[in-house]
Amino acid sequence: MNDSQQPVISARNLSASFADKVVWAGASFDIFPGELIAVLGPNGAGKSTLLRMLLGLQAPGAGNLEVLGGPPRRGNPAIGYVPQSRPWDAETSISGIDVVGFGVDGSRWGIGLRSRQKERIVAEAIAAVGAAAYAERSVGRLSGGERQRLLLAQALVGNPRLLLLDEPLASLDLRNQTEVAEQVSGLAKDRRLAVLLVTHDLNPLFAVVDRLLYIAGHGMAVGTPAEVITSETLSRLYETTVEVLEDTQGRRFIVGMEDVMAHPHGGHESGRHV
Amino acid sequence: MVGMKAGVMFSWNLFRDLQQVFSYGFMRNAFLAGTIVAILAGVVGYMVVLRRSSFAAHALSHIGFAGAAGAVVAGVSAVLGLLAFTLLAAAVMGSLGQKLRSRDTVIGIVLAWALGLGVLFLSLYKGYATEAYALLFGEILGISRLDVLVTFIAALVALAGIVVMYRPLLFSSIDEEVAEARGVPVRFISVAFMLTLALAVSAAVQVVGVLLIFSLIVTPAAIAERLSNRPSSAIYISVLLALAFTWIGLFISFYLPYPVSFFITTLAFGTYLVVRLGERRGRGR
Repeated sequence: MNDSQQPVISARNLSASFADKVVWAGASFDIFPGELIAVLGPNGAGKSTLLRMLLGLQAPGAGNLEVLGGPPRRGNPAIGYVPQSRPWDAETSISGIDVVGFGVDGSRWGIGLRSRQKERIVAEAIAAVGAAAYAERSVGRLSGGERQRLLLAQALVGNPRLLLLDEPLASLDLRNQTEVAEQVSGLAKDRRLAVLLVTHDLNPLFAVVDRLLYIAGHGMAVGTPAEVITSETLSRLYETTVEVLEDTQGRRFIVGMEDVMAHPHGGHESGRHV
Repeated sequence: MVGMKAGVMFSWNLFRDLQQVFSYGFMRNAFLAGTIVAILAGVVGYMVVLRRSSFAAHALSHIGFAGAAGAVVAGVSAVLGLLAFTLLAAAVMGSLGQKLRSRDTVIGIVLAWALGLGVLFLSLYKGYATEAYALLFGEILGISRLDVLVTFIAALVALAGIVVMYRPLLFSSIDEEVAEARGVPVRFISVAFMLTLALAVSAAVQVVGVLLIFSLIVTPAAIAERLSNRPSSAIYISVLLALAFTWIGLFISFYLPYPVSFFITTLAFGTYLVVRLGERRGRGR
Protein backbone atom coordinates (compact mmCIF):
# COMPACT_ATOMS: atom_id res chain seq x y z
CA MET A 1 0.00 0.00 0.00
CA ASN A 2 1.50 3.32 -0.97
CA ASP A 3 -0.74 5.04 1.52
CA SER A 4 2.15 7.11 2.80
CA GLN A 5 2.66 8.60 -0.63
CA GLN A 6 -0.93 9.86 -0.81
CA PRO A 7 -1.30 13.14 1.07
CA VAL A 8 -4.27 13.40 3.46
CA ILE A 9 -4.47 17.12 2.84
CA SER A 10 -3.19 18.88 -0.24
CA ALA A 11 -3.35 22.66 -0.55
CA ARG A 12 -2.19 24.68 -3.54
CA ASN A 13 -2.10 28.46 -3.42
CA LEU A 14 -4.94 28.33 -0.94
CA SER A 15 -6.37 31.47 0.60
CA ALA A 16 -8.98 32.11 3.27
CA SER A 17 -11.27 35.11 3.32
CA PHE A 18 -13.90 36.23 5.76
CA ALA A 19 -16.53 38.80 4.74
CA ASP A 20 -14.55 39.78 1.61
CA LYS A 21 -11.38 40.30 3.65
CA VAL A 22 -8.40 38.07 3.00
CA VAL A 23 -7.36 36.33 6.24
CA TRP A 24 -4.37 34.55 4.74
CA ALA A 25 -3.28 33.66 1.20
CA GLY A 26 -0.76 31.74 -0.87
CA ALA A 27 -0.59 28.60 1.25
CA SER A 28 0.71 25.42 -0.38
CA PHE A 29 1.40 22.28 1.61
CA ASP A 30 0.87 18.52 1.78
CA ILE A 31 0.12 16.59 4.94
CA PHE A 32 0.71 12.84 5.12
CA PRO A 33 -0.67 9.96 7.22
CA GLY A 34 0.92 9.62 10.65
CA GLU A 35 2.02 13.24 10.79
CA LEU A 36 1.34 15.38 13.85
CA ILE A 37 1.13 18.99 12.71
CA ALA A 38 0.88 21.90 15.11
CA VAL A 39 -1.02 24.89 13.74
CA LEU A 40 0.37 28.02 15.35
CA GLY A 41 -0.23 31.72 15.09
CA PRO A 42 -1.68 34.70 16.93
CA ASN A 43 -5.39 35.12 17.70
CA GLY A 44 -7.40 36.06 14.65
CA ALA A 45 -4.73 34.82 12.22
CA GLY A 46 -7.16 32.30 10.74
CA LYS A 47 -6.25 28.99 12.41
CA SER A 48 -9.84 27.93 13.09
CA THR A 49 -10.74 29.16 9.59
CA LEU A 50 -8.38 26.55 8.18
CA LEU A 51 -10.13 23.81 10.17
CA ARG A 52 -13.56 25.03 9.04
CA MET A 53 -12.42 24.84 5.42
CA LEU A 54 -11.15 21.28 5.89
CA LEU A 55 -14.52 20.35 7.42
CA GLY A 56 -16.40 21.80 4.46
CA LEU A 57 -18.09 24.41 6.64
CA GLN A 58 -16.44 27.27 4.78
CA ALA A 59 -15.39 27.54 1.13
CA PRO A 60 -11.79 28.45 0.23
CA GLY A 61 -11.33 32.09 -0.81
CA ALA A 62 -9.14 31.00 -3.72
CA GLY A 63 -6.80 28.20 -4.69
CA ASN A 64 -7.23 24.45 -4.45
CA LEU A 65 -7.82 22.26 -1.41
CA GLU A 66 -8.13 18.48 -1.37
CA VAL A 67 -8.98 16.39 1.68
CA LEU A 68 -8.53 12.61 1.45
CA GLY A 69 -8.42 12.81 -2.33
CA GLY A 70 -11.51 14.98 -2.88
CA PRO A 71 -12.90 18.43 -2.23
CA PRO A 72 -13.81 19.08 1.44
CA ARG A 73 -17.36 18.05 2.32
CA ARG A 74 -19.47 18.42 5.42
CA GLY A 75 -20.08 15.29 7.46
CA ASN A 76 -17.11 13.35 6.10
CA PRO A 77 -16.87 10.36 8.47
CA ALA A 78 -13.13 10.05 7.82
CA ILE A 79 -12.52 13.32 9.68
CA GLY A 80 -12.60 13.53 13.48
CA TYR A 81 -13.09 17.00 14.92
CA VAL A 82 -12.78 18.45 18.41
CA PRO A 83 -13.66 22.15 18.47
CA GLN A 84 -12.28 24.71 20.85
CA SER A 85 -14.58 25.49 23.75
CA ARG A 86 -17.43 23.30 24.98
CA PRO A 87 -20.35 25.30 26.33
CA TRP A 88 -21.23 22.75 29.02
CA ASP A 89 -22.12 24.18 32.39
CA ALA A 90 -22.09 22.18 35.63
CA GLU A 91 -25.78 21.31 35.17
CA THR A 92 -25.29 19.58 31.81
CA SER A 93 -26.64 16.17 32.68
CA ILE A 94 -25.42 13.75 30.07
CA SER A 95 -22.87 11.01 30.58
CA GLY A 96 -19.51 10.77 28.86
CA ILE A 97 -20.66 7.45 27.38
CA ASP A 98 -23.52 9.21 25.57
CA VAL A 99 -21.22 11.99 24.34
CA VAL A 100 -18.77 9.43 22.91
CA GLY A 101 -21.76 7.54 21.47
CA PHE A 102 -22.70 10.58 19.37
CA GLY A 103 -19.52 9.87 17.42
CA VAL A 104 -20.88 6.44 16.44
CA ASP A 105 -24.42 7.24 15.28
CA GLY A 106 -25.34 10.75 16.50
CA SER A 107 -26.00 12.05 13.02
CA ARG A 108 -28.27 9.17 11.96
CA TRP A 109 -32.05 9.57 12.00
CA GLY A 110 -34.33 7.65 14.31
CA ILE A 111 -34.00 6.37 17.85
CA GLY A 112 -31.52 3.60 17.10
CA LEU A 113 -31.90 0.38 18.97
CA ARG A 114 -29.47 -0.53 21.69
CA SER A 115 -26.69 -2.54 20.16
CA ARG A 116 -23.84 -4.54 21.65
CA GLN A 117 -21.65 -3.39 18.79
CA LYS A 118 -22.11 0.29 19.58
CA GLU A 119 -21.45 -0.32 23.28
CA ARG A 120 -18.26 -2.18 22.41
CA ILE A 121 -17.01 0.55 20.02
CA VAL A 122 -17.71 3.25 22.62
CA ALA A 123 -16.03 1.28 25.42
CA GLU A 124 -12.96 0.68 23.26
CA ALA A 125 -12.62 4.35 22.34
CA ILE A 126 -13.00 5.36 26.00
CA ALA A 127 -10.35 2.82 27.01
CA ALA A 128 -8.02 4.03 24.25
CA VAL A 129 -7.91 7.52 25.77
CA GLY A 130 -7.86 6.26 29.37
CA ALA A 131 -11.21 7.78 30.33
CA ALA A 132 -12.96 4.65 31.66
CA ALA A 133 -12.83 5.83 35.29
CA TYR A 134 -15.13 8.80 34.74
CA ALA A 135 -17.02 8.05 31.49
CA GLU A 136 -20.26 7.35 33.38
CA ARG A 137 -20.29 10.74 35.06
CA SER A 138 -22.04 13.83 33.66
CA VAL A 139 -19.76 15.81 31.37
CA GLY A 140 -20.79 19.02 33.14
CA ARG A 141 -19.01 17.79 36.26
CA LEU A 142 -15.75 16.80 34.59
CA SER A 143 -12.50 18.76 34.46
CA GLY A 144 -11.16 20.28 31.25
CA GLY A 145 -8.67 17.46 30.78
CA GLU A 146 -11.30 14.77 31.32
CA ARG A 147 -13.69 16.39 28.82
CA GLN A 148 -10.86 16.71 26.33
CA ARG A 149 -10.14 12.97 26.51
CA LEU A 150 -13.81 12.04 26.06
CA LEU A 151 -14.12 14.38 23.08
CA LEU A 152 -11.02 12.80 21.64
CA ALA A 153 -12.66 9.39 22.10
CA GLN A 154 -15.78 10.72 20.35
CA ALA A 155 -13.66 11.90 17.42
CA LEU A 156 -11.90 8.51 17.23
CA VAL A 157 -14.88 6.12 17.18
CA GLY A 158 -15.43 6.49 13.45
CA ASN A 159 -11.82 5.39 12.79
CA PRO A 160 -10.97 8.69 11.06
CA ARG A 161 -7.89 9.21 8.91
CA LEU A 162 -7.66 12.90 9.74
CA LEU A 163 -8.03 14.42 13.19
CA LEU A 164 -8.63 18.15 13.66
CA LEU A 165 -8.10 19.44 17.19
CA ASP A 166 -8.78 23.11 17.96
CA GLU A 167 -6.84 24.27 21.05
CA PRO A 168 -7.04 20.91 22.89
CA LEU A 169 -4.43 22.08 25.40
CA ALA A 170 -6.07 25.36 26.35
CA SER A 171 -7.18 25.58 30.00
CA LEU A 172 -5.27 22.40 30.92
CA ASP A 173 -2.55 22.33 33.53
CA LEU A 174 0.99 21.45 32.50
CA ARG A 175 0.78 17.78 33.46
CA ASN A 176 -2.47 17.31 31.50
CA GLN A 177 -1.06 19.23 28.53
CA THR A 178 1.88 16.85 28.30
CA GLU A 179 -0.34 13.80 28.73
CA VAL A 180 -2.81 14.85 26.03
CA ALA A 181 0.07 15.75 23.71
CA GLU A 182 1.68 12.33 24.17
CA GLN A 183 -1.65 10.58 23.73
CA VAL A 184 -2.36 12.39 20.45
CA SER A 185 1.15 11.64 19.23
CA GLY A 186 0.73 7.95 20.04
CA LEU A 187 -2.59 7.85 18.15
CA ALA A 188 -1.04 9.51 15.11
CA LYS A 189 1.75 6.94 14.96
CA ASP A 190 -0.27 3.83 15.89
CA ARG A 191 -3.21 4.50 13.59
CA ARG A 192 -1.37 6.28 10.77
CA LEU A 193 -3.59 9.24 11.53
CA ALA A 194 -2.85 12.73 10.23
CA VAL A 195 -3.41 15.21 13.06
CA LEU A 196 -3.78 18.98 12.80
CA LEU A 197 -3.56 20.45 16.28
CA VAL A 198 -4.24 24.16 16.76
CA THR A 199 -2.33 25.62 19.69
CA HIS A 200 -0.96 28.91 20.92
CA ASP A 201 1.72 27.23 22.95
CA LEU A 202 4.23 24.95 21.28
CA ASN A 203 6.27 24.10 24.37
CA PRO A 204 4.21 21.09 25.58
CA LEU A 205 4.26 19.72 22.00
CA PHE A 206 7.91 20.26 21.20
CA ALA A 207 8.87 16.64 21.79
CA VAL A 208 6.09 15.08 19.69
CA VAL A 209 5.30 17.42 16.80
CA ASP A 210 6.51 16.56 13.30
CA ARG A 211 5.95 19.81 11.46
CA LEU A 212 4.44 23.22 12.02
CA LEU A 213 1.91 25.22 10.08
CA TYR A 214 2.60 28.76 11.13
CA ILE A 215 -0.11 31.30 10.23
CA ALA A 216 0.73 34.95 10.71
CA GLY A 217 0.83 38.18 8.79
CA HIS A 218 -1.73 36.96 6.18
CA GLY A 219 0.62 34.15 5.21
CA MET A 220 1.70 30.69 6.23
CA ALA A 221 5.08 29.10 6.99
CA VAL A 222 5.44 25.31 6.88
CA GLY A 223 8.32 23.20 8.17
CA THR A 224 9.87 21.27 11.04
CA PRO A 225 10.23 23.06 14.38
CA ALA A 226 13.96 23.35 13.74
CA GLU A 227 13.20 25.14 10.48
CA VAL A 228 10.39 27.40 11.67
CA ILE A 229 11.23 27.97 15.32
CA THR A 230 14.27 30.14 14.79
CA SER A 231 14.76 33.64 16.04
CA GLU A 232 15.01 34.87 12.45
CA THR A 233 11.79 33.28 11.12
CA LEU A 234 9.65 34.09 14.13
CA SER A 235 10.96 37.62 14.49
CA ARG A 236 10.18 38.20 10.83
CA LEU A 237 6.65 36.76 11.09
CA TYR A 238 5.84 38.69 14.22
CA GLU A 239 7.76 41.85 13.33
CA THR A 240 9.22 41.90 16.81
CA THR A 241 12.20 40.35 18.56
CA VAL A 242 11.54 36.74 19.51
CA GLU A 243 14.25 34.64 21.13
CA VAL A 244 14.58 30.90 20.87
CA LEU A 245 16.60 29.15 23.57
CA GLU A 246 17.89 25.61 23.26
CA ASP A 247 18.51 23.41 26.28
CA THR A 248 21.10 20.66 26.59
CA GLN A 249 18.68 18.03 25.19
CA GLY A 250 18.04 20.03 22.06
CA ARG A 251 14.56 21.19 23.11
CA ARG A 252 13.70 24.66 22.01
CA PHE A 253 11.91 27.22 24.14
CA ILE A 254 10.31 30.35 22.83
CA VAL A 255 10.79 33.49 24.86
CA GLY A 256 9.05 36.80 24.38
CA MET A 257 6.03 35.36 22.54
CA GLU A 258 3.43 35.64 25.28
CA ASP A 259 2.56 39.26 24.53
CA VAL A 260 2.47 38.85 20.78
CA MET A 261 0.38 35.70 20.96
CA ALA A 262 -2.35 37.45 22.91
CA HIS A 263 -2.90 40.13 20.30
CA PRO A 264 -4.01 39.91 16.67
CA HIS A 265 -1.13 40.45 14.34
CA GLY A 266 -1.42 43.42 12.02
CA GLY A 267 1.57 42.81 9.75
CA HIS A 268 1.40 42.29 6.00
CA GLU A 269 4.35 40.01 5.42
CA SER A 270 3.64 37.28 2.91
CA GLY A 271 3.98 33.63 3.86
CA ARG A 272 7.39 32.08 4.05
CA HIS A 273 7.74 28.47 3.09
CA VAL A 274 10.60 26.83 4.83
CA MET B 1 -66.92 21.75 36.42
CA VAL B 2 -64.73 22.20 39.46
CA GLY B 3 -65.74 20.89 42.83
CA MET B 4 -67.21 18.02 44.75
CA LYS B 5 -69.85 16.02 42.97
CA ALA B 6 -73.11 15.51 44.76
CA GLY B 7 -73.20 12.24 46.67
CA VAL B 8 -69.57 11.38 45.89
CA MET B 9 -67.20 10.60 48.74
CA PHE B 10 -63.68 9.26 48.92
CA SER B 11 -63.91 5.78 50.46
CA TRP B 12 -60.33 4.43 50.92
CA ASN B 13 -61.39 1.61 48.65
CA LEU B 14 -59.33 2.73 45.66
CA PHE B 15 -60.92 0.26 43.28
CA ARG B 16 -64.41 1.51 44.07
CA ASP B 17 -63.20 5.12 43.97
CA LEU B 18 -61.72 4.70 40.52
CA GLN B 19 -64.88 2.98 39.32
CA GLN B 20 -66.82 5.98 40.52
CA VAL B 21 -64.40 8.49 38.96
CA PHE B 22 -64.57 6.76 35.59
CA SER B 23 -68.34 6.52 35.62
CA TYR B 24 -68.44 10.18 34.59
CA GLY B 25 -67.93 10.99 30.91
CA PHE B 26 -66.11 14.24 31.61
CA MET B 27 -63.66 12.42 33.93
CA ARG B 28 -62.96 9.81 31.25
CA ASN B 29 -62.26 12.58 28.75
CA ALA B 30 -60.04 14.38 31.25
CA PHE B 31 -57.98 11.27 32.02
CA LEU B 32 -57.67 10.48 28.32
CA ALA B 33 -56.49 13.97 27.38
CA GLY B 34 -54.32 14.22 30.50
CA THR B 35 -52.57 10.94 29.69
CA ILE B 36 -51.86 11.95 26.10
CA VAL B 37 -50.56 15.36 27.17
CA ALA B 38 -48.42 13.96 29.99
CA ILE B 39 -46.64 11.49 27.71
CA LEU B 40 -45.99 14.19 25.11
CA ALA B 41 -44.93 16.80 27.65
CA GLY B 42 -42.59 14.34 29.38
CA VAL B 43 -40.77 13.48 26.16
CA VAL B 44 -40.63 16.94 24.59
CA GLY B 45 -39.89 18.52 27.98
CA TYR B 46 -36.69 16.50 28.34
CA MET B 47 -35.40 17.97 25.09
CA VAL B 48 -36.51 21.46 26.21
CA VAL B 49 -34.49 21.15 29.42
CA LEU B 50 -31.49 19.66 27.61
CA ARG B 51 -31.52 22.46 25.01
CA ARG B 52 -32.10 25.13 27.66
CA SER B 53 -35.22 26.20 25.76
CA SER B 54 -37.51 26.79 28.73
CA PHE B 55 -38.06 30.39 27.69
CA ALA B 56 -39.22 29.25 24.26
CA ALA B 57 -41.78 26.94 25.87
CA HIS B 58 -42.97 29.75 28.12
CA ALA B 59 -43.24 32.19 25.20
CA LEU B 60 -45.03 29.70 22.94
CA SER B 61 -47.72 29.10 25.55
CA HIS B 62 -48.39 32.84 25.90
CA ILE B 63 -48.42 33.26 22.13
CA GLY B 64 -50.87 30.39 22.01
CA PHE B 65 -53.06 32.31 24.41
CA ALA B 66 -53.34 35.14 21.86
CA GLY B 67 -54.20 32.59 19.17
CA ALA B 68 -56.85 30.91 21.30
CA ALA B 69 -58.40 34.27 22.20
CA GLY B 70 -58.46 35.17 18.51
CA ALA B 71 -60.13 31.88 17.65
CA VAL B 72 -62.81 32.44 20.28
CA VAL B 73 -63.50 35.92 18.80
CA ALA B 74 -63.69 34.40 15.32
CA GLY B 75 -66.11 31.79 16.63
CA VAL B 76 -63.93 28.70 16.02
CA SER B 77 -62.45 26.19 18.46
CA ALA B 78 -59.77 27.64 20.75
CA VAL B 79 -57.51 24.62 20.07
CA LEU B 80 -57.26 25.59 16.41
CA GLY B 81 -56.19 29.12 17.33
CA LEU B 82 -53.64 27.69 19.75
CA LEU B 83 -52.15 25.42 17.11
CA ALA B 84 -52.08 28.06 14.37
CA PHE B 85 -50.37 30.73 16.50
CA THR B 86 -47.84 28.48 18.25
CA LEU B 87 -46.80 26.77 15.00
CA LEU B 88 -46.37 30.07 13.19
CA ALA B 89 -44.40 31.60 16.07
CA ALA B 90 -42.25 28.46 16.38
CA ALA B 91 -41.33 28.65 12.71
CA VAL B 92 -40.29 32.30 13.11
CA MET B 93 -38.33 31.67 16.31
CA GLY B 94 -36.61 28.57 15.00
CA SER B 95 -35.45 30.15 11.77
CA LEU B 96 -34.42 33.57 13.11
CA GLY B 97 -32.51 32.77 16.27
CA GLN B 98 -29.70 30.25 16.07
CA LYS B 99 -27.35 31.25 18.86
CA LEU B 100 -28.88 31.03 22.34
CA ARG B 101 -28.41 34.69 23.17
CA SER B 102 -29.94 36.13 20.00
CA ARG B 103 -32.61 33.42 20.18
CA ASP B 104 -33.91 34.67 23.52
CA THR B 105 -34.11 38.22 22.16
CA VAL B 106 -36.05 37.10 19.08
CA ILE B 107 -38.40 35.03 21.25
CA GLY B 108 -39.04 37.97 23.56
CA ILE B 109 -39.83 40.26 20.64
CA VAL B 110 -42.28 37.82 19.05
CA LEU B 111 -43.83 37.15 22.49
CA ALA B 112 -44.46 40.82 23.26
CA TRP B 113 -46.19 41.40 19.94
CA ALA B 114 -48.36 38.29 20.31
CA LEU B 115 -49.47 39.33 23.79
CA GLY B 116 -50.46 42.71 22.37
CA LEU B 117 -52.64 40.85 19.87
CA GLY B 118 -54.10 38.81 22.74
CA VAL B 119 -55.16 41.99 24.53
CA LEU B 120 -56.88 43.21 21.37
CA PHE B 121 -58.78 39.92 20.94
CA LEU B 122 -59.89 39.93 24.56
CA SER B 123 -61.25 43.47 24.21
CA LEU B 124 -63.16 42.41 21.09
CA TYR B 125 -64.76 39.44 22.80
CA LYS B 126 -67.63 40.42 25.08
CA GLY B 127 -68.15 37.43 27.35
CA TYR B 128 -64.42 36.75 27.73
CA ALA B 129 -63.99 36.24 31.45
CA THR B 130 -64.57 32.47 31.75
CA GLU B 131 -62.94 31.66 28.40
CA ALA B 132 -59.84 33.63 29.31
CA TYR B 133 -59.74 32.04 32.74
CA ALA B 134 -59.88 28.57 31.21
CA LEU B 135 -57.04 29.38 28.83
CA LEU B 136 -54.84 30.90 31.47
CA PHE B 137 -55.28 28.24 34.14
CA GLY B 138 -56.52 25.18 32.25
CA GLU B 139 -59.95 23.56 32.13
CA ILE B 140 -59.33 19.89 31.59
CA LEU B 141 -62.58 18.82 33.27
CA GLY B 142 -64.47 20.68 30.56
CA ILE B 143 -62.54 19.18 27.64
CA SER B 144 -64.73 17.91 24.80
CA ARG B 145 -64.50 14.68 22.77
CA LEU B 146 -63.40 16.76 19.77
CA ASP B 147 -60.62 18.46 21.78
CA VAL B 148 -59.40 15.04 22.91
CA LEU B 149 -59.24 13.95 19.28
CA VAL B 150 -57.34 17.08 18.18
CA THR B 151 -54.93 16.66 21.11
CA PHE B 152 -54.39 13.01 20.23
CA ILE B 153 -53.53 13.82 16.60
CA ALA B 154 -51.22 16.69 17.60
CA ALA B 155 -49.46 14.39 20.08
CA LEU B 156 -49.02 11.63 17.51
CA VAL B 157 -47.44 14.04 15.02
CA ALA B 158 -45.16 15.57 17.66
CA LEU B 159 -44.02 12.19 19.04
CA ALA B 160 -43.36 10.91 15.52
CA GLY B 161 -41.22 14.01 14.95
CA ILE B 162 -39.17 13.33 18.09
CA VAL B 163 -38.73 9.66 17.16
CA VAL B 164 -37.48 10.51 13.66
CA MET B 165 -34.97 13.14 14.74
CA TYR B 166 -34.09 11.63 18.15
CA ARG B 167 -30.34 11.04 17.69
CA PRO B 168 -29.41 14.19 15.71
CA LEU B 169 -31.63 16.24 18.06
CA LEU B 170 -29.78 14.94 21.13
CA PHE B 171 -26.41 15.40 19.43
CA SER B 172 -27.06 18.98 18.33
CA SER B 173 -28.62 19.85 21.71
CA ILE B 174 -25.42 18.84 23.50
CA ASP B 175 -22.80 19.87 20.95
CA GLU B 176 -24.12 21.86 18.01
CA GLU B 177 -20.71 22.62 16.54
CA VAL B 178 -19.51 19.03 16.28
CA ALA B 179 -22.96 17.88 15.17
CA GLU B 180 -22.83 20.37 12.31
CA ALA B 181 -19.35 19.25 11.30
CA ARG B 182 -20.60 15.65 11.35
CA GLY B 183 -23.32 16.53 8.85
CA VAL B 184 -26.33 17.06 11.12
CA PRO B 185 -28.62 19.71 9.55
CA VAL B 186 -28.67 21.74 12.79
CA ARG B 187 -30.77 24.58 11.43
CA PHE B 188 -33.46 22.25 10.14
CA ILE B 189 -33.43 20.33 13.44
CA SER B 190 -33.80 23.59 15.34
CA VAL B 191 -36.90 24.63 13.38
CA ALA B 192 -38.39 21.12 13.42
CA PHE B 193 -37.95 20.90 17.18
CA MET B 194 -39.62 24.27 17.73
CA LEU B 195 -42.62 23.06 15.68
CA THR B 196 -42.78 19.90 17.80
CA LEU B 197 -42.63 22.04 20.92
CA ALA B 198 -45.48 24.17 19.56
CA LEU B 199 -47.65 21.05 19.27
CA ALA B 200 -46.76 19.93 22.79
CA VAL B 201 -47.46 23.38 24.22
CA SER B 202 -50.83 23.58 22.47
CA ALA B 203 -51.78 20.23 23.92
CA ALA B 204 -50.55 21.02 27.43
CA VAL B 205 -52.30 24.41 27.58
CA GLN B 206 -55.62 22.57 27.60
CA VAL B 207 -54.69 20.68 30.74
CA VAL B 208 -52.83 23.19 32.90
CA GLY B 209 -53.38 26.45 31.01
CA VAL B 210 -50.98 29.04 29.67
CA LEU B 211 -49.58 30.24 32.97
CA LEU B 212 -48.87 26.80 34.45
CA ILE B 213 -47.34 25.09 31.43
CA PHE B 214 -43.96 24.67 33.15
CA SER B 215 -45.43 22.20 35.62
CA LEU B 216 -45.91 19.62 32.84
CA ILE B 217 -43.27 20.52 30.25
CA VAL B 218 -40.34 21.68 32.36
CA THR B 219 -40.64 20.38 35.94
CA PRO B 220 -40.90 16.59 35.29
CA ALA B 221 -37.99 16.79 32.82
CA ALA B 222 -35.91 18.93 35.17
CA ILE B 223 -36.41 16.35 37.94
CA ALA B 224 -35.60 13.50 35.55
CA GLU B 225 -32.42 15.25 34.41
CA ARG B 226 -31.27 15.42 38.02
CA LEU B 227 -31.98 11.71 38.57
CA SER B 228 -30.30 10.28 35.46
CA ASN B 229 -27.63 11.39 33.00
CA ARG B 230 -28.61 8.76 30.42
CA PRO B 231 -31.20 10.20 27.97
CA SER B 232 -33.19 6.98 27.55
CA SER B 233 -33.81 6.53 31.30
CA ALA B 234 -34.30 10.26 31.89
CA ILE B 235 -37.09 10.36 29.29
CA TYR B 236 -38.86 7.40 30.97
CA ILE B 237 -38.62 9.11 34.36
CA SER B 238 -39.86 12.39 32.90
CA VAL B 239 -42.91 10.71 31.31
CA LEU B 240 -43.71 8.72 34.46
CA LEU B 241 -43.57 11.86 36.60
CA ALA B 242 -45.77 13.86 34.22
CA LEU B 243 -48.27 10.98 34.20
CA ALA B 244 -48.22 10.68 37.98
CA PHE B 245 -48.75 14.42 38.54
CA THR B 246 -51.64 14.50 36.05
CA TRP B 247 -53.40 11.34 37.23
CA ILE B 248 -53.06 12.04 40.93
CA GLY B 249 -54.04 15.68 40.39
CA LEU B 250 -57.18 14.66 38.48
CA PHE B 251 -58.07 12.04 41.06
CA ILE B 252 -57.76 14.44 44.01
CA SER B 253 -59.70 17.17 42.22
CA PHE B 254 -62.62 14.78 41.85
CA TYR B 255 -63.08 14.82 45.60
CA LEU B 256 -61.92 18.29 46.58
CA PRO B 257 -63.51 21.55 45.39
CA TYR B 258 -60.31 23.11 44.05
CA PRO B 259 -58.87 23.42 40.51
CA VAL B 260 -56.99 20.47 38.97
CA SER B 261 -54.17 22.80 37.90
CA PHE B 262 -53.42 23.61 41.53
CA PHE B 263 -52.94 19.95 42.44
CA ILE B 264 -50.79 19.21 39.39
CA THR B 265 -48.50 22.21 39.91
CA THR B 266 -48.20 21.50 43.65
CA LEU B 267 -47.33 17.84 43.09
CA ALA B 268 -44.70 18.88 40.51
CA PHE B 269 -43.16 21.54 42.70
CA GLY B 270 -43.22 19.35 45.81
CA THR B 271 -41.45 16.50 43.99
CA TYR B 272 -38.84 18.88 42.62
CA LEU B 273 -38.21 20.22 46.12
CA VAL B 274 -37.87 16.75 47.62
CA VAL B 275 -35.36 15.72 44.93
CA ARG B 276 -33.27 18.86 45.42
CA LEU B 277 -33.26 18.45 49.20
CA GLY B 278 -32.39 14.77 48.85
CA GLU B 279 -29.45 15.71 46.62
CA ARG B 280 -28.16 18.20 49.15
CA ARG B 281 -28.36 15.65 51.93
CA GLY B 282 -26.66 13.03 49.71
CA ARG B 283 -23.82 15.43 48.97
CA GLY B 284 -23.45 16.47 52.60
CA ARG B 285 -22.65 12.94 53.65
